[in-house]
Amino acid sequence: MAKLVEIRWHGRGGQGAKTASLLLAEVAFKTGMYIQGFPEYGPERMGAPITAYNRISDEPLRVHSNIYEPDYVVVVDETLIKSVPVTAGLKKDGAIIVNTSKTPEEIRKELKYDGRVYTIDARKISEETLGANFPNTPMLAAVVKVSGVISEEVLLNNMEDSFKHKFANKPQVVPKNMEALKRSLQEVK
Amino acid sequence: MKEKMMKITPNVSWKDITPGGVITKSGNAEEFKTGDWRSMKPVWHEDKCKHCMLCWVVCPDNSIIPEDGKIKGFDFDHCKGCGVCTKQCKFGALDFVVEE
Amino acid sequence: MAKRVSLSGNEAVAYAMRQINPDVVAAFPITPSTEVPQYFSQFVANGQVTSEFVAVESEHSAMSACIGASAAGGRVMTATSSCGLALMWEMLYIAASSRLPVVLAVVNRALSGPINIHNDHSDSMGARDSGWIQIYGENAQEAYDNFIQAIRIGEHPDVQLPVMVCYDGFITSHAVENLEMCEDAEVKAFVGERVAPYSLLGENPVAMGPLDLPPHYFEHKRQQAEAMRNAKKVILEVAAEFEKLTGRKYGLFEEYKMEDAEAAMVIINSTAGTAKKVVDKMRAEGKKVGLIKIRSFRPFPAEELVAALKNVKAVAVMDKVDGFTGVAAPLHNEVRSALYGAAEGKIVPGYIYGLGGRDVTVNDIESVYNDLFKAIETGKYEVYNYLGVRE
Repeated sequence: MAKLVEIRWHGRGGQGAKTASLLLAEVAFKTGMYIQGFPEYGPERMGAPITAYNRISDEPLRVHSNIYEPDYVVVVDETLIKSVPVTAGLKKDGAIIVNTSKTPEEIRKELKYDGRVYTIDARKISEETLGANFPNTPMLAAVVKVSGVISEEVLLNNMEDSFKHKFANKPQVVPKNMEALKRSLQEVK
Repeated sequence: MKEKMMKITPNVSWKDITPGGVITKSGNAEEFKTGDWRSMKPVWHEDKCKHCMLCWVVCPDNSIIPEDGKIKGFDFDHCKGCGVCTKQCKFGALDFVVEE
Repeated sequence: MAKRVSLSGNEAVAYAMRQINPDVVAAFPITPSTEVPQYFSQFVANGQVTSEFVAVESEHSAMSACIGASAAGGRVMTATSSCGLALMWEMLYIAASSRLPVVLAVVNRALSGPINIHNDHSDSMGARDSGWIQIYGENAQEAYDNFIQAIRIGEHPDVQLPVMVCYDGFITSHAVENLEMCEDAEVKAFVGERVAPYSLLGENPVAMGPLDLPPHYFEHKRQQAEAMRNAKKVILEVAAEFEKLTGRKYGLFEEYKMEDAEAAMVIINSTAGTAKKVVDKMRAEGKKVGLIKIRSFRPFPAEELVAALKNVKAVAVMDKVDGFTGVAAPLHNEVRSALYGAAEGKIVPGYIYGLGGRDVTVNDIESVYNDLFKAIETGKYEVYNYLGVRE
């Protein structure tokens, strides 16, 4: 039986939700899986709600529609909960991960969802490790931890390579990004 | 390229015509005899001609034939009878008359 | 050796362009163009290609520059989308009728208005009768493969026509997917060097684009039409050679589970993938369904399609464009025209779907197959249908 994991990302233009979905696709790809990472383009304005998607499977992926019944939902900006139906179609045995300083119990009250609820304070982790609010690295770690689509070890190994490549001109930020990843794996709850 | 494709005739078939109307041969204007478009023609009076060659300069069809820096005659296969040469002649060496 | 990579459709096409290393790329670099020229200009800046990149002031100029470069004997390519293709319109015909190979990546997007930049097939379907070969692909892999093959198809001595390589905007162009890439040397060997039968430059320069009056224009058009007919065979020959290189098989169209199919769908581009998933599901339920995905829309494989549809009872023809004929959209028209005299009571409805980026789900596609079975059972059906529009 094919294993297919479908993930929906909610963020705001400029926060890196699309980039995070592409990063997740990239690390899963490196483990030999079939991947799709794609944004749902809207008006493309800074701050406007945006949606991005991932399909990750051990079989070739053919469906080219958006994802309506995701296994996991990742909310990169908690203020979206008030304006966007982030849990729409989310499978009961799936999970939602929210970037917030609140606890899962607190955030659950704001969601219409009975399944698993996880939170991570990506802003705090990002600011403490990277010195600014770049939530996508922590959110990537959180979705890997919660979904288990790839192992934590594979994530860390692959991301170190990716960061070294991406930040070839400023290698000093690589350990900081790695710290952000590791802390996020610990702190998602 | 086949020689027949070089030759665009009024009867060429779609199989033999050049693709996209490509013209493969340079200087082929000579092959089109435009002399029969003429209703007026220039007449040269050699005795009045100073061989200043200005008629040769202005002729748009290259129909005034020079030889050793002098006018030799007219190429009536290609002269369309525009009369520019007769207009510019300051010596009365060129008349413009009705073609008969 | 093939390289396994994850790329977006636009990246994949830009990589193919890098591997081909054309003589000239002329493109208008911003919206409504695509990311393809942007990626390619980076390759130029990095010295990874020796191509001349001409940044022009409009799409009309982009195609004009491509025409000039191709007339000079160069291998030439560009990319565009939506209204950008529309602005090339006049020059599309010049390229095709002058018999000048140019490869154009068309990222399929809606034409305005109302203003819309999302996926449908309005742009390339509008250009379907411009004399260009049109090859369509389902995903990034096919966009990449088709782009490489397009060079050989367009430049073949029996063809000498420009080629559009079409793939879906956003769905394919901006989504990252798995694909296999050839080695640079393999692509280089596969495409070889362009041998132009005529050129503005070189030892035997010619004149191109003359005034063509009634005594000869018709003959030129007749010859151009023959080149398009010749392309069918060449597309298959190039595909066979490409299969030897990569193992990936291509034809004029792809048949998916068509053996013994009673209800079929004819479709173009990315939604074919979604539909294959539906075919698998319905087959598992014992329903005899199949799918044909058109790859070559120009030339249109009419006889081959008739043979492939011989045994089906009902076939839904899917158009991601409304032709506004009031009768049938472009693909529907072609399929019905092909089936003329061979339809024998076949049920051939058309469905217009996905306009302006309207998402198409597995449920939408399944509803079409269900319509077909209902039509087979009752004999009653609508010919002209809209899938996914609010009534």
